[in-house]
Amino acid sequence: MTVLLTALDTGSAEYAANRAAMLDRLAEVDAEHAKALAGGGPKYTERHRARGRLLPRERIELLVDRDSPLLELSTLAAYGTEHPVGGSVVTAVGVVEGTECVIVANDPTVRGGASNPSSLRKTLRALEIARTNRLPVVNLVESGGADLQNQKDIFIPGGQVFRDLTRLSAAGIPTVTVVFGNSTAGGAYVPGMSDHVVMIRERSKVFLAGPPLVKMATGEDADDESLGGAQMHARVSGLADYLAGDEVEAIGIGRRIVADLRWRKPGGPPTLPPDEPRHDPEELLGIVPPDLRRPFDPREVIARFADGSRFGEFKPDYGPSLVTGWASVHGHPVGVLANARGVLFSQESQKAAQFIQLANVSRVPLLFLHNTTGYMVGTDYEQGGIIKHGAMMINAVSNSTVPHLSLLIGASYGAGHYGMCGRAYDPRFLFAWPSAKSAVMGAAQLAGTMSIVARQAAAAAGRPYDEDADLVVRTMVENQIEAESLPMVLSGLLYDDGVIDPRDTRTVLGLCLSAVRNAPDPGPGPYGVFRA
Amino acid sequence: MITRLLVANRGEIARRIMRTCRDRGIATVAVYADPDANALHAREADLAVRLPGAAPADTYLRGDLIVAAALAAGADAVHPGYGFLSEQAGFAQAVLDAGLTWVGPSPAAIEAMGSKVAAKKLMGAAGVPVLPELDPAAIGAADLPVLVKASAGGGGRGMRVVRTLAELPAQVAAARAEAAAAFGDPTVFCEPYLATGRHIEVQVLADAHGTVWTLGERDCSIQRRHQKIVEEAPAPGLADAVRERLAEAAAAAARAIGYTGAGTVEFLAGADGFHFLEMNTRLQVEHPVTEAVTGVDLVDLQLSVAEGAALDPAPPPVLGHAIEVRLYAEDPAHDWRPRTGRLREFTVPGAAAEFTPVRGLRLDSGVTAGDVVGVHYDPMLAKVIAWGPTRAAAARTLGSAVAAARIHGLDTNRDLLVRLLRHPAFLAGDVDTSFLSAHDLAELARPLADERAVRLSAIAAALAAAQAQRAQARVLATLPGGWRNIPAAPQLRAYDGPYGRVEVAYRPGRTGTPTLDEPGLTVGQATADRVELLVGTVRHTFAVTAYDDLVCVESPLGPVALTPVDRFPKPVPTTAPGSLLAPLPGSVIRIAAAEGDPVTAGQPLLWLEAMKMQHELTAPADGVLTSLRVAVGHQVDVGAVLAVVTPAPEDQP
Repeated sequence: MTVLLTALDTGSAEYAANRAAMLDRLAEVDAEHAKALAGGGPKYTERHRARGRLLPRERIELLVDRDSPLLELSTLAAYGTEHPVGGSVVTAVGVVEGTECVIVANDPTVRGGASNPSSLRKTLRALEIARTNRLPVVNLVESGGADLQNQKDIFIPGGQVFRDLTRLSAAGIPTVTVVFGNSTAGGAYVPGMSDHVVMIRERSKVFLAGPPLVKMATGEDADDESLGGAQMHARVSGLADYLAGDEVEAIGIGRRIVADLRWRKPGGPPTLPPDEPRHDPEELLGIVPPDLRRPFDPREVIARFADGSRFGEFKPDYGPSLVTGWASVHGHPVGVLANARGVLFSQESQKAAQFIQLANVSRVPLLFLHNTTGYMVGTDYEQGGIIKHGAMMINAVSNSTVPHLSLLIGASYGAGHYGMCGRAYDPRFLFAWPSAKSAVMGAAQLAGTMSIVARQAAAAAGRPYDEDADLVVRTMVENQIEAESLPMVLSGLLYDDGVIDPRDTRTVLGLCLSAVRNAPDPGPGPYGVFRA
Repeated sequence: MITRLLVANRGEIARRIMRTCRDRGIATVAVYADPDANALHAREADLAVRLPGAAPADTYLRGDLIVAAALAAGADAVHPGYGFLSEQAGFAQAVLDAGLTWVGPSPAAIEAMGSKVAAKKLMGAAGVPVLPELDPAAIGAADLPVLVKASAGGGGRGMRVVRTLAELPAQVAAARAEAAAAFGDPTVFCEPYLATGRHIEVQVLADAHGTVWTLGERDCSIQRRHQKIVEEAPAPGLADAVRERLAEAAAAAARAIGYTGAGTVEFLAGADGFHFLEMNTRLQVEHPVTEAVTGVDLVDLQLSVAEGAALDPAPPPVLGHAIEVRLYAEDPAHDWRPRTGRLREFTVPGAAAEFTPVRGLRLDSGVTAGDVVGVHYDPMLAKVIAWGPTRAAAARTLGSAVAAARIHGLDTNRDLLVRLLRHPAFLAGDVDTSFLSAHDLAELARPLADERAVRLSAIAAALAAAQAQRAQARVLATLPGGWRNIPAAPQLRAYDGPYGRVEVAYRPGRTGTPTLDEPGLTVGQATADRVELLVGTVRHTFAVTAYDDLVCVESPLGPVALTPVDRFPKPVPTTAPGSLLAPLPGSVIRIAAAEGDPVTAGQPLLWLEAMKMQHELTAPADGVLTSLRVAVGHQVDVGAVLAVVTPAPEDQP
């Protein structure tokens, strides 16, 4: 296997400019992350603490093994919406008693931990990750249920949370719930649907209806403890399996439950040497130009996350706009497909389809590094069968049964986004660098296309074309598309699992490639008909 | 010629003697009491014989069993070591009667020196200066203070300082009782008490051919509870004329009783000269300092003399200076309370030799990692001896070696010893028997590591623990420890140390090297057992050893023992001790006691009926029923407190 060399000139002005641009974007992302970390702000955070309660991330830190890595998911959920960034819930993949788990923790400092549509989508995405990768789920619950002001947006779809929890259980994926405070109304079904439930004396409150609603409904005078206190559930209703004296003890019990799952990963431990790359991951900041029309060599990226910078390139001389080859990350083998010069031609598509099939034979997970403007257009290419060949690639991606990871490092436009395993193609994890952009096409192209179509329509109708208005519309559309293509916006809409710092790429990929090994290998499956 | 020798002792002295035997090609036989079945001395001997039981009176003091052991193991000689039976003339005689060689002076010589009262008379007659013996009945105010001593005593036992006439009778009576219990002889005597004298002793060695060597003197003035903890040779600041007179007096003492073998003549030196105290007819604990400055192996010479060999006409000269410290499992700051427990690690880095005379650093240890130090025997763990061309050099070598010793699992007097060796008064040679009371003991016993050193050590412990945790991770083991994709809370670890709780926060970095929220402090290399911290520009290296409930950190800043604080503390029971809880839900059907009643453990107090079964609840301890919270007919829930029994005072911890 070849050790990748580098042509990156870290002393060049271009490198410096790329790096500066990336750092600017990272600063924007960090500012949003800071909002998510601040939760409901100092006032509610302090009130929460004053009640002797831990913040959601403090609960998670206690739950996971000391010094283990932890990957928060959907950190920018709700960015660009009316709701606070973070979605009032923290979701993560973390290690509990040596077991990789999906953790879902309400943030009670944000509107009492009540769910809004972003919280819901974020929670559902976490449960999907648990399902596809077969990761046990630990819920750290303290939520007033649905945010009533948004009830219309979450009441009907919200039922999926409970459906998914019990389906996880049905699939043999354990679910553990620790109730820290309120888990009422619909929220009561989170413990109700979980395999293992821990409640905390004097703290947990789990009932379908609180005293006022009960009074309204039946006229009964009842108190919180009789309706849903932890002691009641531990001794009378049986909804609680364990009764803890305080939050810390409850989390300790949660850890013990996970330890007693005796969870085994069918994929086993890493199999290859996990040595660090030969080239400094810090330099990943300076590879991607801020102007995505300028191509860059993805091997410079691979050289900075692959074990020992080793890369066994497949078909290097055929379809050179797509780099394919074998590498490993933290000892986990992975097949890499990376766009090199943006455009996917027929050769690239056929190469991709073959490479995906090879990975399916050797059962090696695939990583898609996106920097594509899509499949080539034009008479020659249409006549050369670009649709047929693009379809081959999409067919292979869609029916491949090895785990897929997607990482958007540059552009991800058009059907290229699909062929490279975009969100709709269910990669196990999908992350973006701050430099990424994703849309049906580039903003300028889209605005220009709309302008041409409008001009043709005017000409067909024999109307004069208003060039001034065209300029205004074009600029407006271009700005709108550009804004919509930005990774934070897409992340806010839950179209990825997070925006990551390029320097963390190796760690994120290593964690994901380890997590996917919790699911058994279904073996190779059939493909759709290839139009050869 | 001796071919197989039984050592009637344990611990470091047994090992010491066996080392020389091995050098001479003599097979060794150990005896061991039950707690010592796996002790080093028993493991290292060629043969070992069990002495059933644990208490010294049942084991190492049973001369009959030891003679039988020697015969059973085919030994042809017995070495008594020091302590135990080493100065029992009857035991020496029993060994000889069994046809075995006795490595030591004749029973008659032991007898002559065994009674301190008789010995003083003998020495006085031989021209050796002695302190006047005072008749307890005739002591007046002018004689005070006086020292009451057991005639048969040794090792400080039975000794009492009396400063007022009023307390004299009671102290004499108490000393008699203690002497009778400890030595089987209630005889006590009084002599003037010299509070600030120096304890100086002369090593003698005599053969059966009339040669008597004196091998220089030792100063053993620094004592705690009349037991030596620092000994050195030669005695500092002594005029050559005094040195010579001491040697002459010691030789005269040995000659007066026809002494053979190794012995020590002890003197108390004051401003007005020196006086004979006693003669120890055996090897001394502190013999290694004499070996260091003379180069002889005293045990080797003891064996030669026992085999009838003649000594050279003159002893070798004294060269340089040697100091020994005794490492005890004890807490100097709390009245020297002995400490017990399992020794997890014990090494003295840089020791050039063990049990062998050496012009360098020597370790004589009776224990090794894994040994349990119990209550049955002396809590001395080891002796560390340093030789140097000068006293200052020896003190510096020894101080640094003891400071760097790796002693895990037991509290010791190590910090005190190091501070002593570095104390200006000690370095000035200003030593006498009142040293530890004249200087601030709390200051001397203060941990070598100050609060800042403990904090740095705790940081090192936390970083090492993080590395250890990563190394044993079942998944994601090669990823950077504690990595987060968005900055979150730091990793926290807490330790209980000598100055209270220390909390350490560190933020794992992208590359795996953590950062600390402490100005001026950065992390260098960190592994599970070695951590570098940069304080400004200076790199400190910490050696970290973690056990389940103990972390030991060594650095030039001083040794630190820390107790890791559990992330999930054991829940504290919320009910009062002595509470009777309902074991199941039911109704109270009968009550057999009333509030305020005294009760005895196991006494039935009340009955519950549940599921048609009667359940009897009994008093958990002797005491008083201080609270009765139910009446007949009450329905009770599981876990409800029914009654509280307050234990009687003697049952309370």
